[in-house]
Amino acid sequence: MTTQTILPVNAEGLRQLSEQRQEPTWLTENRLKALELAATLELPKLEKMRIERWDIQNYGSSKESGSIASLAEAPASIQELVKDQESGSLIIQRNSGVVYTKLSSELAAQGVIFTDLQTAIKEHGDLVKAHLHTAVTADEHSVSALHAALWNGGVFLYVPKNVEVSSPLQAVLLTDNEEATFAPHVLIIADTNSSVTYVDNYVSEGSKAVTHNGAVEIFAKSGAKVRYATIHQMGTNVTDLSYRRAIVDNDASMEWIVGEMNNGDTMSDTHSVLKGNGSTSDSKIIAVGSGSQKLNYTTRANHFGKSSESQMITRAVMREEAQAIINGITKIEHGATKSDGQQTEKVLMLSPKARGDANPILLIDEDDVKAGHAASVGQVNQEQIYYLMSRGISREVAESLIIYGFLAPVVSQIPLESLQKQLQAVIEGKLGQ
Amino acid sequence: MATHFKIEGLKAEIEGKEILKGINLEMKGGEIHAIMGPNGTGKSTLASALMGHPKYEVTDGSVTLNGEDVLDMAVDERARAGLFLAMQYPSEITGVTNSDFLRSAINARREEGQEISLIRFIRQLEAKMKELDMNPEFAHRYLNEGFSGGEKKRNEILQMMMIEPSIVVLDEIDSGLDIDALKIVASGVNAMRSDDRGFLIITHYQRLLNYVKPDFVHVMMQGRIVKSGGPELAERLEAEGYDWVKEELGIEDETVGQEA
Ligand SMILES: Nc1ncnc2c1ncn2[C@@H]1O[C@H](COP(=O)(O)OP(=O)(O)OP(=O)(O)O)[C@@H](O)[C@H]1O
Ligand SMILES: [Mg+2]
Repeated sequence: MTTQTILPVNAEGLRQLSEQRQEPTWLTENRLKALELAATLELPKLEKMRIERWDIQNYGSSKESGSIASLAEAPASIQELVKDQESGSLIIQRNSGVVYTKLSSELAAQGVIFTDLQTAIKEHGDLVKAHLHTAVTADEHSVSALHAALWNGGVFLYVPKNVEVSSPLQAVLLTDNEEATFAPHVLIIADTNSSVTYVDNYVSEGSKAVTHNGAVEIFAKSGAKVRYATIHQMGTNVTDLSYRRAIVDNDASMEWIVGEMNNGDTMSDTHSVLKGNGSTSDSKIIAVGSGSQKLNYTTRANHFGKSSESQMITRAVMREEAQAIINGITKIEHGATKSDGQQTEKVLMLSPKARGDANPILLIDEDDVKAGHAASVGQVNQEQIYYLMSRGISREVAESLIIYGFLAPVVSQIPLESLQKQLQAVIEGKLGQ
Repeated sequence: MATHFKIEGLKAEIEGKEILKGINLEMKGGEIHAIMGPNGTGKSTLASALMGHPKYEVTDGSVTLNGEDVLDMAVDERARAGLFLAMQYPSEITGVTNSDFLRSAINARREEGQEISLIRFIRQLEAKMKELDMNPEFAHRYLNEGFSGGEKKRNEILQMMMIEPSIVVLDEIDSGLDIDALKIVASGVNAMRSDDRGFLIITHYQRLLNYVKPDFVHVMMQGRIVKSGGPELAERLEAEGYDWVKEELGIEDETVGQEA
């Protein structure tokens, strides 16, 4: 049976919007085609969860937000995240559009492009056109189709050949008006032998229902190194649907660091397509669920290239009545000889009503490979609590030591100290301490 | 106040099975008591019941420390009141470094805002680790994770030295230690001897008692203290085993649940 997708906008409205934004015809056509697809395609099938029951129709309509001239004018809700970034490279999206863009002069001189995606389409049309929606395509399901039809604001990052960017570029994506469509698209292209780190935060303010339908597409060309770190810390009112995908060429490497710290229902899919020989991918997902959140996290590594390697680690803590389905899918295609795919999912449950389900899946179509998985789901070990308490530590502190301890092996591997600290603070917040 | 620890008629059971059948023991600051006894006679159970392990249910008797009811306290309260148990099998806790753990334990005894400064803590920790001949890297290792048997024991003693409790229970602190480590651990214990600190040392061997001279030696069988004496009792047990005690008391099977 088909579940009819209610379209938040009709074709005429979408065409007008695209024209207002002076988008090129190819993009307008793309959007309209995607809208048609959205009407016919099904919702994505989530492992052991029915997304049909989620509150995912709250797209609102496109609303412009006034741009800000300096960071002092940034909304209070994101001040903490952007302070000290005056001279750094930073993009702020608020609701349907980007309101602040800054690229450090040093990076500009190296030929790095860092701008909102709307602008990139005007100034670097061919580059965008060649990549946009080619990793996460519009025809996958109604969510990806709607995203392709509606995306707004967005981030475009291009790093030229052989350019190594040492300091991280940052974006903050904020929804604070429930009537505004919030569908940012992040597009990162790291050209041959370049390297870059990009960090973003998804933040919300307000209490009325919002659907975030976001996509991240990353292209790591031959020999490039891309590190993408993201922390989603949106409120209970936001349902987060996020598709992240990287196409990794020969000898290129992709590193994902994902902090799933939302307070609302979340579906995320973080996927490396190891297309090139010798390509590698490493993903670290750290999640804390609370309240009555429904969470569905998937990490994927799809090996096509020979001698490609993937490593996927998820650590999740579930408290109160949070329910999480955690999937790890390592797929090694025929011909991807000497590949190696490893994955681990661990869930720690803090309350008898919390649910965690780890599903490691290996799909192997090639003999000459290595692959492995490990998964565990468990409660806090009472023997450990006793041991800590026997040294005078209160139960509360003992539990938090164990929880941080559970996440620490992954958090401590995060290569950016500032990000580690930020994540630590968000985790503390989520654990109610 | 002079330390005074008193166990009276203590009975405890685990999963409905009575293990401790009425333990009486009185300890004062400055005293060292040793408990010996064959396997399975309730020694570790006594230690766990004193500390408040959730699996053990105390069904009768009382335990007081300086007049305060210990059994009424939660595990962490007992520890803060001055009780310390070096466990026979310490837990391993991934992700929590030894030093973070110890700092939490010390700060748990301090008022908010009066936490130990990092510098002072590190100095203290380094000094004690040196006394115990521990590699400084153990401060940054995860708590007991992958520690060898002997390293775990040494780490228990390190905790004791950092926390400075008033009643110390050592459950087989000597098992798994090589000869040099035994001497180091013993000198750690001796360094901690003081008039306001009492020790209860559970051991199978005279070896440790050669280094840490006990004032009293107790023998446990069938969940009771069946015989008490001075240091000479431990020496005789080492030389002759337990048969003579059993004979003297008419005990056939010394393990718990095998009543005479
Ligand atoms: N969880 C349990 N369930 C049932 N019986 C238990 C449990 N824990 C301990 N016991 C029993 O209680 C008795 C006393 O055990 P305890 O560990 O106190 O002995 P012990 O004197 O410390 O021995 P050892 O010298 O071997 O360390 C043993 O018979 C043991 O099997
Ligand atoms: Mg024992």
